[in-house]
Amino acid sequence: MEFIQFDHVSKSYEKQLILDELDLSVKENSFVTLLGPSGCGKTTTLRLLGGFEKPDSGKIYLNGNDITALPANLRPINTVFQKYALFPHMTIEENIAFGLNIQKKSKDYIDDKIKYALKLVNLDGFEKRSIDSLSGGQQQRIAIARAIVNEPKVLLLDEPLGALDLKLRQNMQYELMKIKQELGITFIYVTHDQEEALTMSDTIVVMNQGYIQQIGTPEDIYNEPENAFVADFIGESNIIEGIMIKDELVSFLGVQVPCVDKGFGTMKPVDVVIRPEDVELDAPGKGFMDGTITDCLFKGVHYELDVQCGEYEWLVHTTKYFEVGQNVSLNVIPFNIQIMNKPESEDEEVMKEDV
Amino acid sequence: MFNKFRTSFLAAPYAVWVLICTILPLLYILGYAITNDAGTLTFANLLAITDPVHLKSLWLSVEIALSTTVICLIIAYPVALILHNLKISNKGFVVFLFILPMWMNFMLRILAWQIILSNNGILNNMLSAIGLPTIHILYTKAAVTLGMIYDFLPYMILPIYNALSKINDQVIEAAADLGANWWTTFIKITVPLSKDGIISGIIMVFVPALSSFVVSNLLGGGKVLLIGNVIEQEFTLARNWNLGSGLSIILMIFVLLSMSIMNRIDDSENGGMLV
Repeated sequence: MEFIQFDHVSKSYEKQLILDELDLSVKENSFVTLLGPSGCGKTTTLRLLGGFEKPDSGKIYLNGNDITALPANLRPINTVFQKYALFPHMTIEENIAFGLNIQKKSKDYIDDKIKYALKLVNLDGFEKRSIDSLSGGQQQRIAIARAIVNEPKVLLLDEPLGALDLKLRQNMQYELMKIKQELGITFIYVTHDQEEALTMSDTIVVMNQGYIQQIGTPEDIYNEPENAFVADFIGESNIIEGIMIKDELVSFLGVQVPCVDKGFGTMKPVDVVIRPEDVELDAPGKGFMDGTITDCLFKGVHYELDVQCGEYEWLVHTTKYFEVGQNVSLNVIPFNIQIMNKPESEDEEVMKEDV
Repeated sequence: MFNKFRTSFLAAPYAVWVLICTILPLLYILGYAITNDAGTLTFANLLAITDPVHLKSLWLSVEIALSTTVICLIIAYPVALILHNLKISNKGFVVFLFILPMWMNFMLRILAWQIILSNNGILNNMLSAIGLPTIHILYTKAAVTLGMIYDFLPYMILPIYNALSKINDQVIEAAADLGANWWTTFIKITVPLSKDGIISGIIMVFVPALSSFVVSNLLGGGKVLLIGNVIEQEFTLARNWNLGSGLSIILMIFVLLSMSIMNRIDDSENGGMLV
């Protein structure tokens, strides 16, 4: 059994099923991100682990012990809440000391811990300040400090950077990774921001409608999405209906293109996923398909182009500028064509991933 | 500059209101208090509080007001907490039920208690029905206190309930997350964060209880003479407005004094929390 184990955990609110027989295992000392759109069950999963909710059925294990019925205050787990949830009637020092006072630690120990934690979150000397005097980013750092002084085995983070502006969010991402390295504990991070997930995690768990869609490293998730939902949710993609003619040959939009995927059978309907940065533009007639540029937006690092090819409009990223109305051809090397099984019914679309 | 003038201009009706309805009457009362019926300056009306009869009434008023406030707080806090934690969609309706009595005529409610508590009333009928001795509670201190508790309870429940509603649920969860059990969370988080509600509840119960005279008239039957009753009688029966005003001023000073003591307790509580 892994360090954290969800075993057939189900949860519903007011007759609406949020999690359906969820199985999930997490290795010790990993940085796992639960990623998905709102309502996908990621926050519920986190709250079940924190002890704020009880599952309707199923078991949750931590380090081999069944903690399903253990109340939140007895779990060796601490949480950084989305809206910080600091105690407004206490100073920063008192906030951080709250958990340690409950554990009846000595005053010296507590003072040392406060100093250490404030240093870790870059707020040395803030002990006596009030919560009101802090910015959102500073409050979130205090919330992190307050959680980690208790030396939890697992730190839960519920969209902790959601309320911060972009620049601050990026800084905090690096700081969180640094803190994670320093502490060497398991982080479970919930977010709907795919960039945050790709930057920080060892493992990403993509969830949708109460089911796990894919578990993997950020590279796996980005490069080898297992279904159209993951491909669509992580980054931008061209997702095109196609037919797998035979191994290593796929047909879509009326052309046959070589690929590297095998084992789908012959003449099987599939989804073809091609990342916009993997499409190469060339002079008309040189690629597998011709089209016309209909839009060109400058995005800083790259240009974002819309290329109309018959019925389908491709999304393409290039570093070169193209005129709107210019005719081009599209090319993709076989390795960058991702073939995915097509769900045969609506139900199957929310595919369950057994781990 | 113009803006500033315009805003103060908008406040003018309220200033007039305060002047006519608060400041002028207060000055009148003060004027009556420091003169006798011949119109000469005297402090006798203010010092009249030292009369043993008046002192006894004042002390009794304080005693009843204090016990009313304390009992209201003891009843109201759990009620407000339960109301707040109710996991039903129609919470507003339940709260409404609790404040519903406030909409009924105040005299009517107290008269109802008079009938319930009287020697041949509902309470004693019920007691004798189950074979217990009857009690003579009407026209006692206990009856007056009971009436006041009944009357003022909603004024304690509502501000506390409001204060509890303003506490962020995540803050309570955070306390549990950091290892606090229910009791520790209650003492260290819930109570301090609902302090404002407790204080307004105490003020809204203690102040009217201290100066009330209707409840003691009806349920005390003239045997429980509160300072409010004394003042009322000076104005209505004895027609000695000067003495009535003098005692009113003293009562007012007393209310202000007790509120400033409350504030000090509140501050030191805060100080205690810091350690």
